[in-house]
Amino acid sequence: MRSFKTLDNKTIAWIKIGVFLLALIPLFNLGIAAYLDRLGANPIEKITRSTGYWTLTLLLILLTITPLRKFSGWNWLMRSRRILGLFVFFYASLHFLTYLVLDQFFDWTSILNDIVKRPYITVGFPAFILLIPLAITSNNRMIKLLGGKRWLLLHRLTYIIAIGGVVHYWWLVKKDITNPLIFALLLSLLLGIRLIYCLRGLNRPLIPRKR
Amino acid sequence: MKQYKSTPIKSSEITPPALFFDRRRFMQLTVGASLSGLLPSSVFAGEQLANVKKTTEALSDKLTAYKDITTYNNFYEFGTNKEDPAQNAGSLKTRPWTITVEGEVNKAKVFDIEELLKLAPLEERVYRLRCVEAWSMVIPWVGYSLAELLKRVEPTSKAKYVEFVSLEDHEQMPGQKSATLDWPYREGLRIDEAMHPLTILAVGLYGEVMPKQNGAPIRLVVPWKYGYKSAKSIVKIRLVEEQPVTSWMKAGPSEYGFYSNVNPAVDHPRWTQAKERRIGEFLKRPTLPFNGYADQVAQLYSGMDLIKNF
Repeated sequence: MRSFKTLDNKTIAWIKIGVFLLALIPLFNLGIAAYLDRLGANPIEKITRSTGYWTLTLLLILLTITPLRKFSGWNWLMRSRRILGLFVFFYASLHFLTYLVLDQFFDWTSILNDIVKRPYITVGFPAFILLIPLAITSNNRMIKLLGGKRWLLLHRLTYIIAIGGVVHYWWLVKKDITNPLIFALLLSLLLGIRLIYCLRGLNRPLIPRKR
Repeated sequence: MKQYKSTPIKSSEITPPALFFDRRRFMQLTVGASLSGLLPSSVFAGEQLANVKKTTEALSDKLTAYKDITTYNNFYEFGTNKEDPAQNAGSLKTRPWTITVEGEVNKAKVFDIEELLKLAPLEERVYRLRCVEAWSMVIPWVGYSLAELLKRVEPTSKAKYVEFVSLEDHEQMPGQKSATLDWPYREGLRIDEAMHPLTILAVGLYGEVMPKQNGAPIRLVVPWKYGYKSAKSIVKIRLVEEQPVTSWMKAGPSEYGFYSNVNPAVDHPRWTQAKERRIGEFLKRPTLPFNGYADQVAQLYSGMDLIKNF
């Protein structure tokens, strides 16, 4: 039987295509619902909620990859991080653009007020802004330019962004915090595993190479 | 060859296409008509209420679609998502139903729903509804002023406030199995707010029996306050001397006050109340003080600090 620890490049390419298609499903579903007029009475709210939900979900899946690699030894898992990370940025951008265009319709005063006065936006907006440098540096040229170690340090921002994203969700919910609570518990688990590895000195980060 | 000649159908016998294709109305005409003989009065949502007078002047605002009013609801007794009540409220039993009116009154009484439906002439009241979440609708309610009920029980001079208690039944209301709010749902008004003619008990909307997800069989509507003040599926009304503590005040004292008047100048701590999205519209519109009813209700609060009494 073939081992799952090492896969050839061709298989990995197929896996990446699979991840790409899977990650498009939420957008596809939104498009279908919009076309069939099934977004409900408040479509803008629905689009905002859905893109936000999938940003956080994909972010948590992304953060599962490293611990999973450590437990399983499937190093090839790391090769799907970039595409997932870019999809996190993609859905976060859709989420932000929905707010900017559909929700606020470029009402800059109101947007500025939100950023300053609404805690959930005060924390959500910078989390989105921090994603931009990560997206820009998600290519081989930038890794080479920055050097693996510096690149890795920069991309540790992901942890801060994830915390910001979950807090953003928690703070906007009126009463029923079930969903943000689930996100918060999963994120604590994923960051906790990293902390334990770090404290035990088991942390040998995989410094990215050009590939 | 013998040819079949069809008898022309009289135009009076042809079902108008609009009616023919309107399945809901068709069902209520047929099923409703066949059952109406068996039942004391209208029970089913979708059934037409008889003798409804139009008493509000037409608002310049367009009515919100029936579908939107009945599928986008905050009714946590049936779940916290907007779609939940429409899906889950089928388990609510609206008959038998009574409202107990008690407390600081001379004539405490248990009112049966059949009596409540005939207590006063039914009026169509087209009101704006502004949710605290910054969305709004325009709804043609059917009901009558709450004062009609209150004057029948003769409130005493000690009746300074009115408390409204909604149904608590974890089987009929599956959302109550989680402690989202402190059940039963409680709301309250000051006596002068409760006696104000704009404050109504509603038993229907769009001329029909109240859909379950909208607070059947009978609910409160206070158009100048945020939506959560308009308690649904009421089973008890208590006249009291002390200001009642409402479910939302318990849930978030810094976010939900007793008065909860619609006020664009006072933000919710977590979001702005300056603008609202009217369901069905794209651009947000400015929120009006007292939801546009200032000339009728602002005098109730003269001299009051509305920032402190939010």
